[in-house]
Amino acid sequence: MSLKSKDLLSLAPLSVDEIKLILETADSFKEVTGREIKKVPVLRGRTVVNLFFEPSTRTRTSFELAAKRLSADVINFSPSSSSVVKGETLLDTARNIEAMQADIIVLRHPSAGAAEALALGVKSSVINAGDGWHEHPTQGLLDLYTIRERGMSFEGLKVAIVGDVAHSRVARSNIHALVKLGAEVRVVGPPTMIPAGIEKLGVRVYYHLDEALRGVQVIMMLRLQLERQGKALFPTIREYARLYGLTSERVQLADPKVIVMHPGPINRGVEIAPEVVDSLSSVILDQVANGVAVRMSILYLMSGAS
Amino acid sequence: MAIHITGGHVIDPGRFNGMADVLIDEGRIVAVGPNLKVPAGATKIDAKGRLVLPGFVDLHVHFREPGFEYKESIQSGAAAAVAGGFTSVCCMPNTNPVNDNQAITEFMLGRAKAAGLANVFPIGAITKGSEGKELAEIGDLRRAGCVAISDDGKPVMNSLVMRRAMEYALAFDVPVVDHCEDLHLAEGGCMNEGVVSTELGLPGMPSAAEDVMVGRNIALAELTGARLHLAHISTEGSARMVREAKSRGLQVTAEACPHHFTITEETVRGYNTYAKMNPPLRTGRDVQAIKDGLRDGTIDVIATDHAPHATQEKHLGFAEAPFGIVGLETALPLTFALVEEGVLSLEAAVDKLSTAPAKVFGLAKGTLAVGADADVTIVDQHEQWEVDPTKFFSKSRNTPFAGWKVKGRVRVTIVGGKVVFEADRMEG
Repeated sequence: MSLKSKDLLSLAPLSVDEIKLILETADSFKEVTGREIKKVPVLRGRTVVNLFFEPSTRTRTSFELAAKRLSADVINFSPSSSSVVKGETLLDTARNIEAMQADIIVLRHPSAGAAEALALGVKSSVINAGDGWHEHPTQGLLDLYTIRERGMSFEGLKVAIVGDVAHSRVARSNIHALVKLGAEVRVVGPPTMIPAGIEKLGVRVYYHLDEALRGVQVIMMLRLQLERQGKALFPTIREYARLYGLTSERVQLADPKVIVMHPGPINRGVEIAPEVVDSLSSVILDQVANGVAVRMSILYLMSGAS
Repeated sequence: MAIHITGGHVIDPGRFNGMADVLIDEGRIVAVGPNLKVPAGATKIDAKGRLVLPGFVDLHVHFREPGFEYKESIQSGAAAAVAGGFTSVCCMPNTNPVNDNQAITEFMLGRAKAAGLANVFPIGAITKGSEGKELAEIGDLRRAGCVAISDDGKPVMNSLVMRRAMEYALAFDVPVVDHCEDLHLAEGGCMNEGVVSTELGLPGMPSAAEDVMVGRNIALAELTGARLHLAHISTEGSARMVREAKSRGLQVTAEACPHHFTITEETVRGYNTYAKMNPPLRTGRDVQAIKDGLRDGTIDVIATDHAPHATQEKHLGFAEAPFGIVGLETALPLTFALVEEGVLSLEAAVDKLSTAPAKVFGLAKGTLAVGADADVTIVDQHEQWEVDPTKFFSKSRNTPFAGWKVKGRVRVTIVGGKVVFEADRMEG
């Protein structure tokens, strides 16, 4: 079995079988990352280009590490400082990179739809590493992997996604995948941060955190973009933290075996209390570790290598 | 030189609807009826099986000259107009420089005259530079030939300025046209707000951003007694408010664009920048409301909001690409689809493309009455064709209807008694 598309642009069109294939393939790469020599030769001679139009440390590093552990050649390209300034379009930039025989282009871009546009224009495989508020499929997959690693089954799993859902690509990717896998997904945040019509994607909307957390097995916190204060989305960080911040007391409302996730970077004391970040329920660092294995799996499957 | 149009189905909305010949001489309609006395040497145009209509009048086009001639010039825009059956077009003032003074208006009229295709009627700016602050010299603009005033695309947000503009315009009996959009509510938005924008992760503009301005403008029209014309209304709420305003006898008119009664926000999926325009494509419910508004007369006019943009601009990301699509060369079949669907009678469709818009702006156009300017569009109502943007006369190709199989095609366009477009010659 293999993936249907040459690209990984979003989780919305992926089948359950494709998602499972990516997660199962990641298991064997997880094992590789635990070895002393953390490298396999499956992508030797292949070129992966990280094309990042937005500053990112962890996602780019994670992709770089994943590609290197598969023995691919990796180029990091941050056009924000070069050709974008010269007015080159995304497609022209990518075609230049393609002309240098890149096999896989990993794209992070501030515009929703950028990865889709790129994939139409180049023959290389395109992996969406986050496009605007749209999707961040590899983050969604590594979140699924982390849940599954804890022995939880997706069918009937109660998941609360908390915070600025409207502006979150992580939320969208997780919603698509979790709903598809049979989970019961709740989104919670101030009404100003819940986008129009989200319930049509199969989630339940809550405005009160305590109510939303009751009985959930997974809590996914979203990063609050502090600069959004002043856009009339919430009055103060103080009030946001009081209403939507995850505290130890609130974690008690959830299932006793609950796990707490966060895509990072964390605003300690804003959306999540420091003691929750460091608690036994927290799988935040597991997410980071699993990110490399899951991205190895994706790069491997997309390269068509065997 | 006289032109004798024979054997066609003549529709002159509100005046005549039946088989007749039309005789044109010296730029005017000379006679309509059977067995006309035709002067020797008249050119004969056989219109058997075709519709003979008063040339279409588009109250809302962007011809980009001066300033953005790479998108469209007055010459190329006028060529697109006559190819689409439009013999008169009204050009929005968002050129560079803005058409906020007599010199620009005169320049545009000069370019139109040189092109010698469609009649071009400039629309002047409401405020200097369309900045929404100080009134433009509306008296001068009117005198130079502007037929309406508008800050289209940059709606006047300050309600006091809008009130003053409406009051001032009374002295010149000039309609005030507004693109209804609350810029704060719509800030950053690039498509209709709803489940599709949520799924695509694109910032939305709620229909309320249009509705609140329609409501404001109607209130100001009531206060001032101005002739208010609402550009491209696209929401259920707008249609409802216009209907209510008309029922109270206010001088409010409204237009709708073919795309707003033909396709929905679903067309945006795949980040299709050819489906990006402002106001944005709305929901199926809104599309139905626009059709209902056209049917019951709430919406007087069909206008295209012809907004050419270069390919490289539309190939940017969805959020970065400019708003707007070209419309002149597809308006006829999309409007006639409403006739097929039973939304409009054939005569009502012609009225909304021709007679009604002329009336709204007070243009002596849109009729085949004896003595009227000989602006005539001859249409094959049943001809099927496929929309191919590479064949457009417009310089730009930005249409969501590429590849559509449509019905109804312009065969001949006559402006001022002169044949300016002939489909057969193009195909020859």
